[in-house]
Amino acid sequence: MVKTVTFSVFRYDPEKDTRPYYKDYRVELRRPGMMVLDGLNQIRWEQDGTLAFRRSCREGVCGSDGLNINGVNMLACITHIEELKEPIVVQPLPSMPVIKDLVVDFTDFYAKYYLVKPYLITKTPPPSDRERLQSPEDRKKLDGLYECILCACCSTSCPSFWADPNYLGPAALLKAWRFIADTRDEGADERLEIINDRDGAWRCHTILNCVEACPKQLNPTEAIAELKKAIIHRKF
Amino acid sequence: MGDIPVTVHKHDALIVGAGGAGLRAALEASKSVNTAVISQVFPTRSHTVAAQGGVAASLSNVEPDDWVWHMFDTIKGSDYLGDQDAIELMCRMAPEVVIELEHMGMPFSRLQDGKIFQRRFGGHTKNFGKEAICRTCAAADRTGHAMLHTLYEQCVKNHVIFYNEFFALELLMNEGHVVGVLAWDIANGGFHIFHAKATLFATGGYIRVYKTNSNAHINTGDGLSLSLRAGLPVEDLEFVQFHPTGIYGVGNLITEGVRGEGGYLLNKDGERFMKRYAPTVWDLASRDVVSRAMAEEMRQGRGCGPKGDYILLKLDHIGADLIHERLPGIWELAYVFAHVDCTKEPIPVTPTAHYSMGGIPTNRFAEVVLGNMEKPEEPVKGFYAAGEAACASVHGANRLGSNSLLDIMVFGKVGGKRMAEFAASLPEHVPLPENPGRKGIEEVKNLLNGNGPERMGAIWDELKETMEFNCGVFRTEETLTTQRGILKKLCERFKKVGIADKGLAFNLDLIETLELGHMLDFSKAIVEGALARQESRGAHYRDDYPNRDDVNWHKHTLATMDEDGTIYLDYKPVRMKPLTVPTFEPKERVY
Ligand SMILES: Cc1cc2nc3c(=O)[nH]c(=O)nc-3n(C[C@H](O)[C@H](O)[C@H](O)COP(=O)(O)OP(=O)(O)OC[C@H]3O[C@@H](n4cnc5c(N)ncnc54)[C@H](O)[C@@H]3O)c2cc1C
Ligand code: SF4
Ligand code: SF4
Ligand code: FES
Repeated sequence: MVKTVTFSVFRYDPEKDTRPYYKDYRVELRRPGMMVLDGLNQIRWEQDGTLAFRRSCREGVCGSDGLNINGVNMLACITHIEELKEPIVVQPLPSMPVIKDLVVDFTDFYAKYYLVKPYLITKTPPPSDRERLQSPEDRKKLDGLYECILCACCSTSCPSFWADPNYLGPAALLKAWRFIADTRDEGADERLEIINDRDGAWRCHTILNCVEACPKQLNPTEAIAELKKAIIHRKF
Repeated sequence: MGDIPVTVHKHDALIVGAGGAGLRAALEASKSVNTAVISQVFPTRSHTVAAQGGVAASLSNVEPDDWVWHMFDTIKGSDYLGDQDAIELMCRMAPEVVIELEHMGMPFSRLQDGKIFQRRFGGHTKNFGKEAICRTCAAADRTGHAMLHTLYEQCVKNHVIFYNEFFALELLMNEGHVVGVLAWDIANGGFHIFHAKATLFATGGYIRVYKTNSNAHINTGDGLSLSLRAGLPVEDLEFVQFHPTGIYGVGNLITEGVRGEGGYLLNKDGERFMKRYAPTVWDLASRDVVSRAMAEEMRQGRGCGPKGDYILLKLDHIGADLIHERLPGIWELAYVFAHVDCTKEPIPVTPTAHYSMGGIPTNRFAEVVLGNMEKPEEPVKGFYAAGEAACASVHGANRLGSNSLLDIMVFGKVGGKRMAEFAASLPEHVPLPENPGRKGIEEVKNLLNGNGPERMGAIWDELKETMEFNCGVFRTEETLTTQRGILKKLCERFKKVGIADKGLAFNLDLIETLELGHMLDFSKAIVEGALARQESRGAHYRDDYPNRDDVNWHKHTLATMDEDGTIYLDYKPVRMKPLTVPTFEPKERVY
């Protein structure tokens, strides 16, 4: 007998449903190490084709399948079913408008990412036919920052992000620091200007939900603290 | 179901696909003409993000290197099926495109002197095969992530127009020109016609037809089927790369960079068997050679585990510090997917379907071309292709590791520039055909309104299992003939497919069913090409024809499809003349 587990999945079809509901499915554990995403695929391919969710890489690098699983934000593709309590309650990321079932609208999340100028800004031209030099120590400053996959697990777990629709949120702020911390970047002033706004870094009350939620073990809170320091430092 | 609206958009340059190839093309084209990109997923969720080990370029940062050595390695790796003009161009341009990436802000790992870090990779050697060389430029083992995010950041900076979560349904042609595509808005539903002067396909590879694979769910080769359905050929699809080191049981990739950093393979006797198969570079031979050696070890009963069905990849001896610094992603993957702490234990691995050498035929300018043994190549007006979706062909019968990230940068750039020049040269858009997108619209409406009894899940399961079994690392006339029959039946069943979801908003059932239709179409081209090719070359290995046969088969396969789905094969010569150096004549391949 193959062991089965219950998935209780958030369902909502804007064309049909007046309000969301939960539907239970039995997922068979056919091999050791099955992930929540494998379970969702099994449901779609064998039981209920109407279920919608996003997925791409299935190994935790594309950031498509951030979901709220048993109350915690995580990536479905790297979350082991066997390590979860039953029933496994699968919901969309909190606080984002639902498009259908587990698919949420990222428009606001991306808009905030664009706001911090998420690209290298330089004024000094690079050498014409060689790379710019950067010491391994300086490059190390980007570790823990550049790996962000824009999954929104952090921002959608942040109480300030829920409460204030204009707050940039941990993901966008981490991105801002990724560039400011880069020795090659010369855009710190422009970015700090934006981030010093009341909806920027100062909205963070160091509640640390974001650190807990990040599936890539990044630390947005620390990045935000660095931003705050940089803003104060710059005022003098 | 009421009538679904059709919206028309007009752009000069249209790029389908937002992986590395698509974004690099967009950056180039948008410098001079109005450019839009459509992508099935938000750009940074494209498969390029998963690339690990690095991008090849003869920068000579660690030791002296030369683009001609790189060119030789690539041609030898291709088992002499690569087109030598395109390969020369790619290897010569490699340093330039990598340095551009650094200038754009890509966070490469660094050497002590501050230059870009380079590591060893399979098949890359110094001095025409003498010994392994450090040529692969890396950002730890997250090179694809670093590259794709950097390119997207530059697109944001340069205000490139994106239509994200749009799914291309049909290639539109009129008066012998490609004039754009019909697409479906995934989030909201609805048809969109993108009318363009020049269209570039950068839709990625076709590896999802194999059960055990290293690829993203979205790598379903859509661009190939859209081309086939428009009456255009696809090239060399039978060449499918099986990467030696997929995680046992799931197929997720462990980069060749692990062996580049000193890791090696062991059979059940604890023997480093690669020394018997590749006496010079051992574990760093090219991928077809290593995958076959592993499969051979397992066939001869030297596999590991109770079923003897995997090989061990040992790397703990290179030290925990080095692993955490240079291979942090690998540590994570091995831990999450195999429950192995690779700083202490070896990782169980098997070959995994990984890369599509075949694709839409192009010349070295990323122009899609027609032609055969008699007729020289001639571009299809307004149509371009780059990256894994294309066949330039720089990889021939077998791609070298870290040459794909290079391919997508070079031909993305070249193609973007070329398409922009073409678009600028046309005073007006070539008009849309009458009733544009009729077929694609019907295809979707039939699924939304129909009630077919078959479901995509069951058909797809059978497709990927049988492709792996009958058209995998080893092939024979018998297995391929069996597979031809299976495909015929699956295509019949697919005609009766229905979807459960009838809604417009984020209808994943619809998208996956459309993708399955694409996979069935081009799988026929893979199998027909493989069945016809009675030789073994690179990744295509026929147990019944174990040798390369240059007299009869030193040529590219071209497959076209007629209205009823029948595949026809044709061939074209390999472009043997490089641009500035003498031809590398076919030789026996030993590593
Ligand atoms: C795990 C892994 C590791 C790898 N590591 C390396 C490495 O270290 N070095 C190396 O050189 N290569 C590596 N490769 C190979 C390399 O990553 C890929 O070949 C390359 O990234 C392909 O890029 P691309 O731009 O052609 O396609 P992709 O990045 O696959 O992009 C395809 C795009 O097309 C879009 N698309 C597809 N179909 C449609 C449709 N119907 N409508 C609209 N849009 C569509 C998608 O949304 C996506 O944006 C690796 C591959 C894997 C699987
Ligand atoms: S630490 Fe700041 S950003 Fe993170 S959850 Fe708390 S308030 Fe939000
Ligand atoms: S910081 Fe972490 S949780 Fe937030 S978007 Fe990036 S990867 Fe996701
Ligand atoms: S599918 Fe890519 S992060 Fe989960």
